[in-house]
Amino acid sequence: MISIEIDGKQIEVEEETTILNAANALDIKIPTLCYNELIEPYAVCRICVVEVIRRKRTRLVTACNYPLRESVKVRTNSERVLKLRRMNLELLMARAPAAKIIQEMAAEMGLETTRFPIENPKESCILCGLCVQMCQDVVGAYAIGFADRGSKREVSTPYERTPETCILCGACAQVCPTGHIRMTDAEERIIHSKLSLGPNAAITIPFRQAIPNVPRIHAEHCIHFKTGECMLCSKVCPKDCIHYDDKDEIEEFEIGAVIVATGFDDFDPTPMKQLGYGRYPNILTGAEFEQMNNAGSPTGGKIVMENGEEPRSVAILHCIGSRDENYHKYCSRVCCMYALKFAHLVKEKSNAEVYQLYVDMRAFGKGYEEFYQRILDEGVNVIRGKGTEIVPNRSGAGDGALLVRCEDTLIGKFREIPVDMVVLCSALEARSDATDLARKLNISAGADGWFIESHPKLGPVSTTTEGIYLAGVCQGPKDIPDTVAQGSAAAAQAMKMLAQGQILMDAAYAEIAEEFCSGCRICNGLCPYNAISFDETKKVSNVNSAMCKACGTCVAACPTGAIAARHFTDEQIYAQIEGILV
Amino acid sequence: MSFEPKILGILCNWCSYTGADLAGTARMKYPANMRSVRVMCSGRVDPGFILNALRSGADGVLICGCHPGDCHYVEGNYKCMRRIPLTKKLLADMGIDPRRLRLEWVSASEGARFQSVVTGFTEEIRTLGPLELRELNFDAEHPAGTAQEISAAAS
Ligand SMILES: Cc1cc2nc3c(=O)[nH]c(=O)nc-3n(C[C@H](O)[C@H](O)[C@H](O)COP(=O)(O)OP(=O)(O)OC[C@H]3O[C@@H](n4cnc5c(N)ncnc54)[C@H](O)[C@@H]3O)c2cc1C
Ligand code: SF4
Ligand code: FES
Ligand code: FES
Repeated sequence: MISIEIDGKQIEVEEETTILNAANALDIKIPTLCYNELIEPYAVCRICVVEVIRRKRTRLVTACNYPLRESVKVRTNSERVLKLRRMNLELLMARAPAAKIIQEMAAEMGLETTRFPIENPKESCILCGLCVQMCQDVVGAYAIGFADRGSKREVSTPYERTPETCILCGACAQVCPTGHIRMTDAEERIIHSKLSLGPNAAITIPFRQAIPNVPRIHAEHCIHFKTGECMLCSKVCPKDCIHYDDKDEIEEFEIGAVIVATGFDDFDPTPMKQLGYGRYPNILTGAEFEQMNNAGSPTGGKIVMENGEEPRSVAILHCIGSRDENYHKYCSRVCCMYALKFAHLVKEKSNAEVYQLYVDMRAFGKGYEEFYQRILDEGVNVIRGKGTEIVPNRSGAGDGALLVRCEDTLIGKFREIPVDMVVLCSALEARSDATDLARKLNISAGADGWFIESHPKLGPVSTTTEGIYLAGVCQGPKDIPDTVAQGSAAAAQAMKMLAQGQILMDAAYAEIAEEFCSGCRICNGLCPYNAISFDETKKVSNVNSAMCKACGTCVAACPTGAIAARHFTDEQIYAQIEGILV
Repeated sequence: MSFEPKILGILCNWCSYTGADLAGTARMKYPANMRSVRVMCSGRVDPGFILNALRSGADGVLICGCHPGDCHYVEGNYKCMRRIPLTKKLLADMGIDPRRLRLEWVSASEGARFQSVVTGFTEEIRTLGPLELRELNFDAEHPAGTAQEISAAAS
């Protein structure tokens, strides 16, 4: 340990500590520009100059990289220091006059102009190289570097092309002291539709309310998994939470019942070209609008357009992809009510005019019709007619950059409504993997992809497969109260089954009458459950009744009629056939 | 009186019987000519059932099972899919028009399809007319019919 005096204050520090760190420990602020604690100091900007007094000799050094090796005195704002710092700043002002931070520093130090010639008034890079070092030494991506020499020296990508090695981590922009490097979103839809950083973000929280609400590394984008370098996140994490060796693992559980609650997919309105979704700005799906309204969204729950301004008017279009011969014939059931909720939110959060374009208003539940009345009282314009087309409002007339076309069926007129924002209440549709899942679980899915309950009235949560229950939208569109009700019922059914601790076997299963079995073994290969085995000593086949599911395939195949399907015996079926045809 | 065919339907429990149920709960109308017997799977359908039905007075037999790949017992309907063409051949050999036997796939959600299948099949049998079987007496000493007689009876 060595003892140091900075601006008259004493401190004990370890050898090799930099003056900057020692001053920080004393709460003495030394201005810096090109210093970043994650990067080996390079001392380019020379803003951090201080005076070091050693055995009566005074030297000017850069605080960020000057290692303390013996007892010295440091002055951080003597006349001489300030004079040199000013001059260094003037040099930077000439180099990067457009950098905001330099302008601010200049204002702070009372500098109005620089004595040095300004080469490029738009320049904001001070060539500190933090970005290059970050990209090369810390991240290890080598996507940017210095190009040219002398006054033409600049930060660039190889051949000025988009570098393939860039993972869009944004570390360069993060460390750039002047804001010369910025992240912009190429698709220009970031506020509304994406909560993640970019398509290749290497570490994200999957979505705002994810449980557990923790960031996850995506190994396919993370540079550490490519080069073994970087590890920036673990360097900045104060709690050592980053484990690079954690892996996705497949665990197997023994379970007694399955409740399928896999929900739905949002219908994508892109194919409905006439609605301009994805082509014109500020046309959102219900889910996107819902996301924007969430307090945790990038807009903080504010209803804003892509330019950040509040819309003057919003149109909410019902039945997009629902009740439509070309897409889904069914009614999605929840959209009328959430559309009314959206109207209420717009009214509550903004001064925008709201147009609600409905086909039939389905306010079917407890308190729903009352809510509809409330919306009407709030002054929402409710129009009976399907929104058919959305186009840019080229004439600019009215309060909106878009024109929504519809037929107002109550007054029997075609209308064009200018609005700034459109919300498309798109259908709920079965998940794209629903049929696969149905096969896996041996349950059935209807033509629309919704899973089928065992009986439309009497078995609303069970399926045709014992021990598998349904809950929520995977069985058909429904709102949250109905989902919760069905979920509770499914849980109760599963508990009932598990609490019994025993499985009730179906009384129907196949039996082999040994005396008639010729041992031909035709049935052996037919059973999909391998319930039939062959007794080598007796030379007859046997059915394991616990494994048999009673399909009867073997019964139909047995040439000697030795196999009987209990409750579906040949005698019973012949009797039925004969009886029924009388 | 016009001819009202008698049709036997053999429906698998999981898809087709449920589909028929759905047609019922949805109040879809189809001809009352079909009377159905439930089996657990179309794989249970023994060709004997079909012959027995035709002998017992049915003019046509309709077998319905789950769509290929959807059988509750994984592959029972594939077994059925092989047995029915063989049975049709057998029927043809016996002089019975194989169109009187039909296999259709109806899933649990296809109430409307069930309706149209039954309606279509009933119409087809109606145009084929009643199935007339002659009781043949195979007394070895006094053969009841010559080959010509038998084929004449069948056509
Ligand atoms: C825009 C919009 C607004 C709405 N607003 C309202 C409202 O205000 N009030 C209301 O009552 N209802 C509203 N609803 C309806 C509501 O969203 C649904 O009722 C509810 O989400 C249904 O819940 P669920 O659990 O069935 O399905 P989901 O919420 O879809 O949940 C299913 C979950 O299962 C997961 N999953 C899927 N497959 C698998 C698998 N194979 N393995 C493991 N997990 C899987 C999914 O990732 C998902 O997390 C709205 C719907 C939309 C589209
Ligand atoms: S709930 Fe309303 S908006 Fe949604 S599909 Fe049905 S009628 Fe259309
Ligand atoms: S901060 Fe020390 S030289 Fe830039
Ligand atoms: S269960 Fe329907 S065909 Fe097998």
